[in-house]
Amino acid sequence: MKTNKIFISGDEAAAHGVRLSRPHVIAAYPITPQTITVERLSEMVESGELDADYMHVESEHSALSAAMGASSVGARTFTATSSQGLLYMVEAMHYASGGRYPIVMMNANRSVALPWSIYGDQRDSLSQLDSGWIQVYVEDAQEALDMMIQAYKIAEHAKVLTPMMVNLDGFILTHTYEMVEIPDQDMVDKFLPPFETPNKMSFENPKNMAFSSQPDDNTEFKYQQNKAMFDAIEVIENTEKEFGEQFGRNYHGMVEEYMCDDAEAVLVTLGSITGTVRVVAEQLRARGLKVGILKIRYMRPFPEKEIMELSHKIKAIGVIDKDISFGYEGTVFTNVNSALAKSNATIFKKNFIGGLGGRDITKAEIEKMYKDLLAGISTNGQKTVEFFNLKVETND
Amino acid sequence: MERPIKRDFKRPTHINDYPVGPQYEAGFLAETNASWRTFRPVIDLDKCINCLICYMVCPDGTIMKREGKVAVDYDYCKGCGVCAHECPKDAIAMIKEEL
Repeated sequence: MKTNKIFISGDEAAAHGVRLSRPHVIAAYPITPQTITVERLSEMVESGELDADYMHVESEHSALSAAMGASSVGARTFTATSSQGLLYMVEAMHYASGGRYPIVMMNANRSVALPWSIYGDQRDSLSQLDSGWIQVYVEDAQEALDMMIQAYKIAEHAKVLTPMMVNLDGFILTHTYEMVEIPDQDMVDKFLPPFETPNKMSFENPKNMAFSSQPDDNTEFKYQQNKAMFDAIEVIENTEKEFGEQFGRNYHGMVEEYMCDDAEAVLVTLGSITGTVRVVAEQLRARGLKVGILKIRYMRPFPEKEIMELSHKIKAIGVIDKDISFGYEGTVFTNVNSALAKSNATIFKKNFIGGLGGRDITKAEIEKMYKDLLAGISTNGQKTVEFFNLKVETND
Repeated sequence: MERPIKRDFKRPTHINDYPVGPQYEAGFLAETNASWRTFRPVIDLDKCINCLICYMVCPDGTIMKREGKVAVDYDYCKGCGVCAHECPKDAIAMIKEEL
């Protein structure tokens, strides 16, 4: 296969993925660290490289609302945001998922105020797990590009018709340059068919769209949304398989297990931290320690089956959360732990909270996490949730 | 002048009977909405000159033409009386509803 690699940032890779997916309408409002993506897309539209309407809107709420309107006339649509912008979209996010508009959105993961910070963590998107959007988290710029293309195919599938959010870690991915393979347009055209929807507003077949419901019907519409999200799992796996066959890159579907086959201690990761954990796990393996990684790719739908299966093979599991649900634990951990409870797994569990507001997570810290897990296997008592790398003493 | 009228709606019995999300054929009126009306407009077709001012002023769009004659859709008319007030030929009488 001939290669066409260029040196670009994660934001730019996402923009190329969107361009190759041929959206009709892009409606977005710029916010750090997403800005470069929408700047590149507006340049592509301006130069004629991308035949789309670029809507300059006055806010994120308008961006997603405009995307919904465009989607309702059968247009393939894209928007992008981050952090405060995502939270400003929240009302429209439930509208989009309830209305079954398969919009694709890029979210640059960034912390939420206060304290104000433009740097990365995952508290923005993880606070929106209940908004009815498919959520995928990518590890590098190539995966960002590839997932934009896959996202349209998944979201627009007749059994799914659900909007999809592709999450890139702010700065770590959005602003870091990597060699990225740019697929040929005809390959993408072959992979991604034109958008068809039963919910198309048209003069020929007028519809009453986005209507209200009485208590007699509301639960059924929510049941239907939930079913579509579960049906998305098979669509995700098939799309992944087809993408792998056509483009030669495979991301393994709902999760990627790395060195898990005989692992005793596994760290669960989400997003770009996976790359650093791979390096540490390889080093520890070279020293004879049985460690592995479970890279969660999709938070919704959730890879419950994969986690339950893994739990029977391992002795300790740690979850790195760039998130904290105040008064409880990290949200990724809550979700993982629910799957563990269903599999009756009695393995050692620990939730590592860190990387908040852009703080680096170092190889030394990850090594310590693995050692905590290995040491925890023989203990019964456990302190489940730990903020790691606090730079001050506490009263705990 | 063509307006949708109430049609029989068969309630879904299987989840697959539901549309994909809250979108459905436009103009499918499944419920009536006129229960608070105390006076009903009655058109005297002998006086009516088909000027359609009533159609223009009706706030609920309940005036229509049925077989060439002006008519009121009583399933949705709330009885406000604007049509009777504005009729240049006094062809519309407001008659008290009997319970």
